[in-house]
Amino acid sequence: MELQIQGKRAYVYTAGHAIDPALPAVAFIHGGEQDHSAWALQSRYFAYHRYNVLAPDLPGHGRSPGPALASIAAMAGWVIGAMDGAGVKQAAIVGHSMGSLVALELAVRYPSRVAKIALLGISAPMPVAEPLLDAARADDHAALDMINVWSFSSRAQIGGNTAPGLWMLGMNLRLLERQAPGVLYVDFKACHDYVGADAAASIQCSALVIAGSRDQMTPPRATHEFVKRLPHAQTVTLEGSGHALMAEQPDAVLDALIGFL
Amino acid sequence: MAVPKSFQFDTLSLHAGQQPDPLYGARATPIYQTTSFVFKDTDHAAALFNMERAGHVYSRISNPTCAVLEERVAALEGGIGAIAAASGQAALHLAIATLMGAGSHIVASRSLYGGSHNLLHYTLPRFGIATTFVDPREVDAFRTAIRPNTRLIFGETLGNPGLDVLDVPRVAAVAHDAGLPLLVDSTFTTPYLMRPFELGADLLYHSATKFLGGHGVAIGGVLVDSGKFDWEASGKFPPLSEPYDGFHGMVFDEESTVAAFLLRARREGLRDFGACMSPTNAFHILQGIETLPLRMQRHIENTRKIVAFLAGHAAVESVIYPELPDHPDHALAHKLLPKGCGAVFSFAVRGGRPAGRRFIDTLHVFSHLANVGDAKSLVIHPASTTHYRMDEAALRATGIGEGTIRLSIGLEDADDLIEDLSRALHASQKA
Repeated sequence: MELQIQGKRAYVYTAGHAIDPALPAVAFIHGGEQDHSAWALQSRYFAYHRYNVLAPDLPGHGRSPGPALASIAAMAGWVIGAMDGAGVKQAAIVGHSMGSLVALELAVRYPSRVAKIALLGISAPMPVAEPLLDAARADDHAALDMINVWSFSSRAQIGGNTAPGLWMLGMNLRLLERQAPGVLYVDFKACHDYVGADAAASIQCSALVIAGSRDQMTPPRATHEFVKRLPHAQTVTLEGSGHALMAEQPDAVLDALIGFL
Repeated sequence: MAVPKSFQFDTLSLHAGQQPDPLYGARATPIYQTTSFVFKDTDHAAALFNMERAGHVYSRISNPTCAVLEERVAALEGGIGAIAAASGQAALHLAIATLMGAGSHIVASRSLYGGSHNLLHYTLPRFGIATTFVDPREVDAFRTAIRPNTRLIFGETLGNPGLDVLDVPRVAAVAHDAGLPLLVDSTFTTPYLMRPFELGADLLYHSATKFLGGHGVAIGGVLVDSGKFDWEASGKFPPLSEPYDGFHGMVFDEESTVAAFLLRARREGLRDFGACMSPTNAFHILQGIETLPLRMQRHIENTRKIVAFLAGHAAVESVIYPELPDHPDHALAHKLLPKGCGAVFSFAVRGGRPAGRRFIDTLHVFSHLANVGDAKSLVIHPASTTHYRMDEAALRATGIGEGTIRLSIGLEDADDLIEDLSRALHASQKA
């Protein structure tokens, strides 16, 4: 559906369903340089299992016009605007990578609007290496190539996709290439500059952390360090998965979310 | 910081799309010769049917062996995914039927495989889809032929039979200026010789029966999507951008930003038209692809030797091969096909049809049959076989004469092939 959020048009995937106030809601927040379709194999399931699903394209991503938002706090405020626009008072927030920081920020700043949080591929802080930031700033395609290779485990780089006939590396690279110039740098800078992790200790809602044992972008060690600061958290580690958890192990991610939500 | 590398072409040819079998550890891709797949429970079944979970339901829609082939070809082409079809013709039909319906129009190169020409010229008009054929060397002709109802630009990377080299970057620019995708038939070039997506093409397909398989034992086609074309921005493709009643009102380009075309082609095209590939054929074609880089090198090496031999032979009127300086696309071929211009080419023997007949009947190593891209060398007379439906004027327009002979150069010892050709050329000149 299309919504007006903070005075601008924005796209939110709902699997084509209208919002039903009687049902619980779950919002899926994508990572940097991605859009709602990163959640294709998770969001659709919940939309057909008695949930209102909101999977927005953050400003500057996918079908939502830019500019991209420059901070995680701004993105969290925008998601609240999306919930307001859709008439959703409270939602479980599921975020991946940059989106997991948005989910964290929402739970800290808007606790009454957040029922639960599920954080996939998270580390907080989430530093981005300077050479990668430089390549992103220059809109150098090498930045996309780096992200693409580092997003997948070496096993997944051979393929064997659960989704028949789709080549994961190609799918991910094309999605990265679809985003407008400059968006990647804004996203990465927002992640790099995020300093809200200390407030994680104040979060009262239950939290699920899903980590990939072969994640090169947010390594499991960094994830586990962060989880120590997060009360009420359970962690699921997907053996063999890289950072692109939803693509590499879609059923395991979905099963973990079904159990948690 | 060094840019990390993904796996290279030769490695992908052997491995892409396949993990060793998790149950028994089989290294080769197993042939999943089964029509259907058991559900874990009713919720799992419903989720698979409704695309809430990924997996296999019924082998007309998808099959694990076919899926390995699909991923492998997509990886080699630099695409996002693929669909294995019953034949190259089935792949072409699947692309067209996914993109358009009655009242639509295609602009196509006139230098096409005879089967593709039949589909576009004779058969599709019966279903309300018209085609305008243009000279592939006249890039502006593609532009001027575009109508408001045009939905596709189509050509072969190497045209049949004159080996017209399609100027993919320029034709793609014409297509994109009009908000249209460019589909190319890459059968003659394979991803080893050309990767059309890197040149601007949006969709491509192969008759996998030919060089991808290489062994001549399995019919199949593979349709590949680059994932680059923005169907929503074009606004010309309601099948991909508007709710589809045949699948719970799904809007395919909302469901998947980059794979909308493949989703619709599989969920509608394979489901309803049913021209799927058998798992056994997928297995055979995978065996071929494992050696594709090595075979293509040898195909090109042998072809260059034979082109040189024929070009200097007194009984040969002309040889059509883009690496020859007198070919109209020589410069373009140098630019787009630096590794070689394929292993299928035509030449004209002096003496017209009778000489051509004597030539073919005298060959021993070359097999006289209707196929190309086999490991074994092949020969055919297009005017009486692959292009027999064309009248003389149409034949001339596609560069075929009555004495034109088409060769597909295989992997035999080049000296044996040259000796076979030499003997047959000598016989062809005897009255």
